[in-house]
Amino acid sequence: MSTVGLYVPGDGPAHRAPAGAKLLVLLVAVSAMLLAGDLRVALAAVAAAVLLYPLCGLAPRHVWRTVRPLLVFVAVIGVFQWYAADAQTAVRVCAQLVAAVLLAGLVTLTTKVSAMLALFERLAGPLRHVGVRPDRVALTLALTIRCIPLVATAYRNSREAYAARGLRGRPHLLVVPVIVGLIRSAEAMGEAMVARGID
Amino acid sequence: MLRLDDITHSYNGRRVIDGITVELAERRIGVIGANGSGKSTMARMLNGLVIPDSGRVLVEGRDTRKDAKAIRRRVGFVFSDADTQIIMPTVAEDVEVGLRRSGLSAAEIADRVDGVLRAYGLDGHRDHPAHLLSSGQKQLLALASVLVTDPAILVCDEPTTLLDLRNTAAIERRLSALPQQVVLLTHHLHMLAGYDRVLVLDEGRIAFDGAPDDAVAHYTELMAPRGGPEPHA
Ligand SMILES: Nc1ncnc2c1ncn2[C@@H]1O[C@H](COP(=O)(O)OP(=O)(O)OP(=O)(O)O)[C@@H](O)[C@H]1O
Ligand SMILES: [Mg+2]
Repeated sequence: MSTVGLYVPGDGPAHRAPAGAKLLVLLVAVSAMLLAGDLRVALAAVAAAVLLYPLCGLAPRHVWRTVRPLLVFVAVIGVFQWYAADAQTAVRVCAQLVAAVLLAGLVTLTTKVSAMLALFERLAGPLRHVGVRPDRVALTLALTIRCIPLVATAYRNSREAYAARGLRGRPHLLVVPVIVGLIRSAEAMGEAMVARGID
Repeated sequence: MLRLDDITHSYNGRRVIDGITVELAERRIGVIGANGSGKSTMARMLNGLVIPDSGRVLVEGRDTRKDAKAIRRRVGFVFSDADTQIIMPTVAEDVEVGLRRSGLSAAEIADRVDGVLRAYGLDGHRDHPAHLLSSGQKQLLALASVLVTDPAILVCDEPTTLLDLRNTAAIERRLSALPQQVVLLTHHLHMLAGYDRVLVLDEGRIAFDGAPDDAVAHYTELMAPRGGPEPHA
């Protein structure tokens, strides 16, 4: 399984831009779009975001991969907006959402986790004065991302263990073995981190 | 230089290390023994991951009970399961993370990371998701990530158990090329050919201590079925 929205190697303009600049541009662009509150602006933003992917050296499939997990969510919101307001509002809100996610995806797909964490550590630096350790928080975030494939593996392993015994591992039956598997991985990971002096 | 001084250790009231005293100065040291004989527990004591109930473990003269943190910087540790040793999302980042607190400059860190990635044939995978590497590459990455911090001693707890023959040979080659002192725990007995010294553990004690061939012979004898009931462990 490939992790959703994670760095894709490349050397386009977006890859070379510093993480802070990209986040700032993202923030400004999305805020402007939301403040405009206009259907045409929202649709134009979607179109621009889609066009930016190839310009930044990302294959079109990344556009699809970025929005796919969101589709159900967007549909629900769309229906709700249509019901609560009108069709135009529904389309605008959905377009804004898709555009924002595509633009954010552009940042995460072209920025290494370590670069993002370094930026985060710098931004959160002042929190040091109130007892927060930015490096710890950054490490926790990195580990969370790292653990997504571990969860997928634990899930696959226990489903296969059921299947091998001719049983159908229904999702609720998998909860306990998956958690047990994860705790075991977490323990081993913790030990490996301590051994590497990352604690 | 490692010294174990009459160490014992129990889990839930059961002795798993039962009075080991040994001094390890040789460059290549093997540890073999049955499942549950205490190999991993002993190995974890060498960098303070486990502190003995009694007795002491000295690494370069320092006691793991007092200086575990400093000792861990000197003793690298490689486990069997590469998946749980990978911490960061991409290959290069994972190698890098161990140097975060090394005090080296960004340029020096990049240099070192490049160096080990090249040495371990991983430079083509720098920015790839680490969890998508093959098992063999993952274990090479785990080894690279530990060696980038330049430990004086390397402890490997069955580093090839999950690997095929080719990857086992690859790890074996890397280990034998290292200038460091290596303590290797393994069930792949052939890896110990040419080692300076091999310990055989049995029920938490050193049952044999000597040359690889003699150690393997002793271990084979120890494991021979004696007509009793089949062991369950
Ligand atoms: N964290 C723990 N908690 C409880 N018991 C443990 C723990 N770690 C090890 N043991 C027990 O201690 C004994 C020695 O375990 P150890 O892992 O040191 O053996 P080993 O020689 O490495 O075996 P293997 O060849 O299977 O890796 C075993 O009986 C094991 O069940
Ligand atoms: Mg073991």
